[in-house]
Amino acid sequence: MDAPLDFRGKAGIADRLFGFAALAAGTIVLVALGTIAFTTTRRAWPALDAMGFDFITSTRWAPNDEVFGAGAFVYGTLVTSTIALVLAVPVSIGIALFTTQVAPPRWRKPIVYVVDLLAVIPSVVFGLWGILVFSKQVLPVYELLHGWFGGIPVIGALFGETGSGRNFMTAGIVLAVMITPIITSLSREVMDTCPTTDREGAYALGATRWEMIRGAVLPHSRNGLVGAVMLGLGRAMGETIAVALVIGSTVGVSANLFAAGDALPARIANEWGEAEGNWRAALVGLAVALFVITIIVNLAATAVVQRTGERGGRR
Amino acid sequence: MTPIRRRSAGILAATLALATLATACGGSDSTTSSSAADTTAKEAATTTAKRPEVTGTLAASGATFPKAFYEVMIADFKKAQPKATVTYAGGGSGKGRTDLQNQVVDFAGTDGLVKDADKPNYKGGEFFYIPTVAAPITVSYNLDGVDKLNLSSDTIAKIFQRQIKTWDDPAIVAENPDAKAKLTGNITVARRSDGSGTTENFTKFLVKASPTAWNLKSGSTVEWPADTQAGNGNAGVAQIVKDTKGAIGYVDLADAKATGLKRALVKNKAGKFVAPSLEGATASLEGITLNADLSYDPLWADGDKAYPITAPTWIMVYATQTDKVKGETVKEFLHYMLTDGQKVASSVDFAPLPASVIEKALAQLDKIRIPA
Repeated sequence: MDAPLDFRGKAGIADRLFGFAALAAGTIVLVALGTIAFTTTRRAWPALDAMGFDFITSTRWAPNDEVFGAGAFVYGTLVTSTIALVLAVPVSIGIALFTTQVAPPRWRKPIVYVVDLLAVIPSVVFGLWGILVFSKQVLPVYELLHGWFGGIPVIGALFGETGSGRNFMTAGIVLAVMITPIITSLSREVMDTCPTTDREGAYALGATRWEMIRGAVLPHSRNGLVGAVMLGLGRAMGETIAVALVIGSTVGVSANLFAAGDALPARIANEWGEAEGNWRAALVGLAVALFVITIIVNLAATAVVQRTGERGGRR
Repeated sequence: MTPIRRRSAGILAATLALATLATACGGSDSTTSSSAADTTAKEAATTTAKRPEVTGTLAASGATFPKAFYEVMIADFKKAQPKATVTYAGGGSGKGRTDLQNQVVDFAGTDGLVKDADKPNYKGGEFFYIPTVAAPITVSYNLDGVDKLNLSSDTIAKIFQRQIKTWDDPAIVAENPDAKAKLTGNITVARRSDGSGTTENFTKFLVKASPTAWNLKSGSTVEWPADTQAGNGNAGVAQIVKDTKGAIGYVDLADAKATGLKRALVKNKAGKFVAPSLEGATASLEGITLNADLSYDPLWADGDKAYPITAPTWIMVYATQTDKVKGETVKEFLHYMLTDGQKVASSVDFAPLPASVIEKALAQLDKIRIPA
């Protein structure tokens, strides 16, 4: 039974099989993406065709008049996602740095565990918490902020009158809580890959802990961090039910973060059940718009990473 | 699209279920079903006839407005016909109609009628409307010390369009001179965030009763002013009204009762202020004209006792069934709903249909063609 150790023939087959499987896996993603883009656009076509470019630019959404302008929902999606990122990114990276660089080893596990636990809470729970608890209790805080900043020119426009606790800001905050664990755990993984030699080297040159983080850990993890933020952003833009419950479901574009609005996926969820004909097509159109925006944002992020990477190289 | 849609629909359903649970815990009025007991004896004759056994499995979707009633019907039908199974998935009238168009379901629930332009899209050909029950939509409010509030349709229209923003507005005071002292503070308007047959019937009522004052038209969602508050489902709107001093919103009777909301008396066509009740709804149904396809409009009905915001609902079924077992089961289920089912309607806050309508609906059922 002592066969000679000859891998050549088998390895050849295995290699080709593996190559084929990998190619197939890669192609499936592209095919799936293409199919989704094609079928959704086709189903949305009656509405897109009827509305033309107004579908994106118009902010009037009146199904009973067959007028479908997605502008207000695109705006709402962008605003709430931006709020979520502004709040979640510093906190997430802070938690990741703390657990990988600062915290004593025996603290790491419990912290990581708790943050990861946050990621498994279903979004509907966040939504119900948002509508039944958070949106009510946060109202006095909004009123306080309105009192402080409302009078300042330019910035004041962001902190306008509060109608209820269901608005852009609440949706953004709920989203921030939802995406924090995702960004945190990916950032942590990335930071953990920073070679010990780099870190020890920085210390050896007399760097303080912060200088070591800035000089060794952050440059090493930059691409990974951007990826982490992008995944968080993806979840924030696509989140449906939590946003649908707390954003206020009003068609409107307002600089005031305390005004009610609506977002693309939330509007789809709210109106899908009653929609027919062109209205239904227009809702599919909202999904197409979300799809396109997600792609644009991701491409933009990739471009930013590449440019800063080049600059970093020249430094 | 499908995975997103399925997920969101499922989660929405879960949300609604949770929200309903939450509000149900808040205390509820006990509903009396004595009137149902009275009619039992009268209609016993129709039930003594032995019905044929059916064994089909039916899937349905559509309007959520009558879902509570249909769920009771499905449970009761299972007892009468243990070998038959019916599921009603809800999802909205639009979903029900689209599903029936594509023959995904065996019947569909709908609060509105199909536009003529959409009729050719129905792959199964001609379909029938079978009216099932009706129910009042309340105008519920939260105002301390005011237990009786009279509102005309013009005033309701102006309130929901945010033209009347305070409770001490002359138009409201004129209709409620006795409560003048208590009518203070700002009005918060609560409406649906989701597309809904309740919104459609409420706005249809305003279009019909106040064509000049109401200019937002009608539909399952309309262009609400930006400073109105949106709640998900009847339970969501009820919750806003309950939580907010000075709030007003339109809510179906069952949820308004379950949440313990005060309900306004609405001025009807005869000029009388009528409280929302099943009796008021039944009174509205008595004055209706039933069209040939069994569609009818109980909104803004004639009669002193008619409650003017009474919403109809139908089950849609294809005139020509393609499957013998399923076809027989559909027929049997609808027959059950129109006979025994009518007696329990009031226990879940739905108004049974008048005998004249039932008679025509049963005649329509007989016209359903089933393959041999």
